[in-house]
Amino acid sequence: MRGQIGSQRAGWLFVAPAVAIIGVFFFVPVLAAFVLSLTDFDIYSLADLHNLRFVGLRNYVDLLVNPLFWQAVGNTLYFVGLGVPLSIAASLGAALLLDSRLVRFKPFFRTALFAPVVTTLVAVAVIWRYLLHARYGLINYALGEIGIGPIDWLGDPHWAMPAIVIFAVWKNFGYNMIIFVAGLQTIPQDLYEAARIDGASALRRFWHVTLPGLGPVILLVSLLTIAGYLQLFAEPYVMTQGGPGQATVSVLYFMYEQGFKWWNLGVASAVAFLLFVLMLGVTVLQLAIGRRGGGP
Amino acid sequence: MKRLLPAIAVNGLLVIAAILALAPLLWMVSVSFMRPGEADSFPPPLLPHAPSLAAYRELFARQGIGRNFANSLFLASVATALSLTFNVMAGYAFAKLRFAGRDRVFQLLLGALVIPGQVAMIPLFLMLKTLGLVNNFGGVLVPAAAGVFGIFLVRQYALSIPDELLEAARVDGASELRIFRSIVLPVLGPIMVTLATFTFLATWNDFMWPLIVLSDDRLYTLPIALASLSREHVQDAELMMAGAVVTVAPVLLLFVVLQRFYIRGLLAGSVKG
Amino acid sequence: MSLRPSRRAALGQLAAGSLAACAPSGRDGEVLRFWAMGREGEVVQSMMPAFERANPGVRVEVQQLPWSGAHAKLLTAFAGGGLPDLCQMGNTWLPEFTALGAVERLDARVAGSQVVRAADNFPGIWRTNVVDGGLYGIPWYVDSRLLFYRRDLLARAGYAAPPASWAQWLEAMTAIKRLVGPQNYAALLPLNEYEPLLTLALQQDDPLLRDRGGRGNFQSPGFKRALGFYAEIFRRGLAPAAADTQIGNLYDEFARGYFSFYISGPWNLGEFSRRLPADRQDIWMTAPMPGPAGPGAGIAGGSSLVVLKGSSKKAAAWRLIEHLSQVPAQTGFWTLTGDLPARRDAWAQPALGGDPRAAAFRAQLERAKAAPQAPEWERIATEMQLVAEQMVTKGMSVDAAAAEIDKRADALLEKHRWMLDHNRGAPA
Repeated sequence: MRGQIGSQRAGWLFVAPAVAIIGVFFFVPVLAAFVLSLTDFDIYSLADLHNLRFVGLRNYVDLLVNPLFWQAVGNTLYFVGLGVPLSIAASLGAALLLDSRLVRFKPFFRTALFAPVVTTLVAVAVIWRYLLHARYGLINYALGEIGIGPIDWLGDPHWAMPAIVIFAVWKNFGYNMIIFVAGLQTIPQDLYEAARIDGASALRRFWHVTLPGLGPVILLVSLLTIAGYLQLFAEPYVMTQGGPGQATVSVLYFMYEQGFKWWNLGVASAVAFLLFVLMLGVTVLQLAIGRRGGGP
Repeated sequence: MKRLLPAIAVNGLLVIAAILALAPLLWMVSVSFMRPGEADSFPPPLLPHAPSLAAYRELFARQGIGRNFANSLFLASVATALSLTFNVMAGYAFAKLRFAGRDRVFQLLLGALVIPGQVAMIPLFLMLKTLGLVNNFGGVLVPAAAGVFGIFLVRQYALSIPDELLEAARVDGASELRIFRSIVLPVLGPIMVTLATFTFLATWNDFMWPLIVLSDDRLYTLPIALASLSREHVQDAELMMAGAVVTVAPVLLLFVVLQRFYIRGLLAGSVKG
Repeated sequence: MSLRPSRRAALGQLAAGSLAACAPSGRDGEVLRFWAMGREGEVVQSMMPAFERANPGVRVEVQQLPWSGAHAKLLTAFAGGGLPDLCQMGNTWLPEFTALGAVERLDARVAGSQVVRAADNFPGIWRTNVVDGGLYGIPWYVDSRLLFYRRDLLARAGYAAPPASWAQWLEAMTAIKRLVGPQNYAALLPLNEYEPLLTLALQQDDPLLRDRGGRGNFQSPGFKRALGFYAEIFRRGLAPAAADTQIGNLYDEFARGYFSFYISGPWNLGEFSRRLPADRQDIWMTAPMPGPAGPGAGIAGGSSLVVLKGSSKKAAAWRLIEHLSQVPAQTGFWTLTGDLPARRDAWAQPALGGDPRAAAFRAQLERAKAAPQAPEWERIATEMQLVAEQMVTKGMSVDAAAAEIDKRADALLEKHRWMLDHNRGAPA
């Protein structure tokens, strides 16, 4: 009896600090953000709170007819649509190679391929800005050697987002690679043996054994990656500052400018919530597709 | 002999992949040792003509990056200590202690994982402003002190602690705090290293929040200082690369040493996002 | 007050990395925090030792902000209470920070000053620092937009002197266009820049905002004249309908004769002389903006120095402003940065006053005119240009474009009007 009560009290005491911190510094602000998104908090309100007005859903309505907001949504979806499949393909390819029994120095390769993941985003974005330089960049130099004319990667509105995608794939593929390697190890070897005995080619084995075996992992990985890529911010902040011509303004970059450049905190909070809705929508969609694909 | 060709192919492809992954980092190191202006020639030089520390001297002596380095180190260390304290206690309690509302609170916390952190940023800024925590380290540390991911990580690991072990100690009359200190903590050692690595790297690499909270350049962390430097010194490739080396090298080193723990955490965290 | 800056700096280094670093440490001497942007922030540091020698007990800590992030940084610092003692500020930002109550009124300081006098300044520039009848900034360096042109092509087209009025300008552009052929143009007015159109608009007598700054006045006859002239340049094919990001290397294209007139600011004095080949330096020249009838007004731009209201060292901050306003400091700053001095007497220096290309700026600055002083102005100007771009590329009529700009401006000014209606002390 006494142990029971002790455990009760101890339990709450143990979780209280963490729960309090998360409650006060995360849940309260999230609720406050919703309230804020229903107001016109701007620099006038910053000067004097009496200048704050409740505006209902006007921020949301204004955003939904604002072409710049839609461009930011479009840019972000473009980044996700191009970046997520490429990232996952690169991760899967690297994982398949690493998983092969023929590999020598496996720990070295694993560390090398994973290294970009732990690097500081801002620092490597700075590096890539030089690599992508139209005139002095190594990438254009290498392309020039194989006869491809110089591309103004970060200066041309059509190339800026693809350039950021290439960078993001390089930076992130190692993360999912590790998850895929673990996933590959859960596929029973006898399935491969059986396929081999049936005379299935390597490609067919990949298609009929590996991919179905990895199904749930691929779903999980794509969920995580989409959620992460929807939060694109530091890359355009460092590499292009949203340009050229708004071509790399993402939803979060838009929020940052609204919030901390123009100080339209009401609008910025509404942007944050719309991003949340977007993320939730993509997740639900993805889960629905996964359920149908994996269903009986 | 039949396996020789595939073996060459697999290892060859991996070598190419490793070169692609490491090339930008190697290039960064190489350029950081070039003389001012050397990188801006065509074709782009791969190695410094005569290695020089000029960029590093400029970085530390004139740009004062040493201070930013110290800031980053201090913030990442303190954030790690705080996060270890609060998350380990909570993670263990959610796994092993029975108390009213435990599961509901835990579910609620897990729900928070779907809300992007940026939603909270703006009100959090205003809150910290009234608490006087804007433009000082407190503002960076407070939100990093506890996190759902950390609690989740510790809880998953702590679930494997046998109940009998704890019960036996309770029967012996040990207090819950004592049990936690002398029985639980030693068992949780490995996951604590994992959590520490994660927190340290995340705090070191964090960008958007310190960018918003810190306005005084003496308080900038390395990524903020580097981003600010890069907007004024675009033309100085050598200086920027030296700055990138100073920023990236510590975390890479930490990762290489502790990668076993880091990768375990990564896998545990993605079992159930 | 004893002064031991080096010791304090060393202590500061030691304290870095501990929380103590962000608490104010022992005060032996006054530390003045000064924020300046971009290249100016870098250069001005070299001018501090002279000030510190003249003001024992004061040490200046300059923080350099990148231009592109400066506005956000200032607002965040205001909200978080981290603003410095004095600060450089683009003069178009002044109304906004005045509305916030962030900057200190300076009329009394100027009245008691031997150094800073309104009469020494270009009147239009000085006026940008006056908000609601109060003076909040002291011009540091100035800037306006005028014509950079190809002297040789203009001469070959039959004109010895640059155009002084819109009619002459249009005539000269038509002649140049005939000369350079269908692949080239007479002028470049980048569609992503609002300054060329704003310059034309400021040359009109109609104000750009009406109702005490609460509504757009873009359907006034004056603005429509400016917008019509702007549209006409494109309609006649005298300028390419392009943003400057689509131009590639501006200086190469100018040298190639792709365009002969370009509206730009003083920083391009340095760029043109650096980037055009040495043997072709005589092809370019500057001229004041042509106006509707004779030389016209231009934008009153540049940066001011302001004292922040939250500062506890306002007297020392003011002394630094005075220091930077002295003629030697002004000319020295020009030598180091190429930024044009705010004080007219600093222009007497031969290297500046004797340069005909800089002299055009001098003439233009005398006619500089302030843009409307609403905190929302920057965003209104951006919207104005977005609509003007649509007008040029999508064939919108001038009337429709003017109405659309008014509509967008009124939407942006909604809060401003509400403040006026409720006597909330909005800036005029």
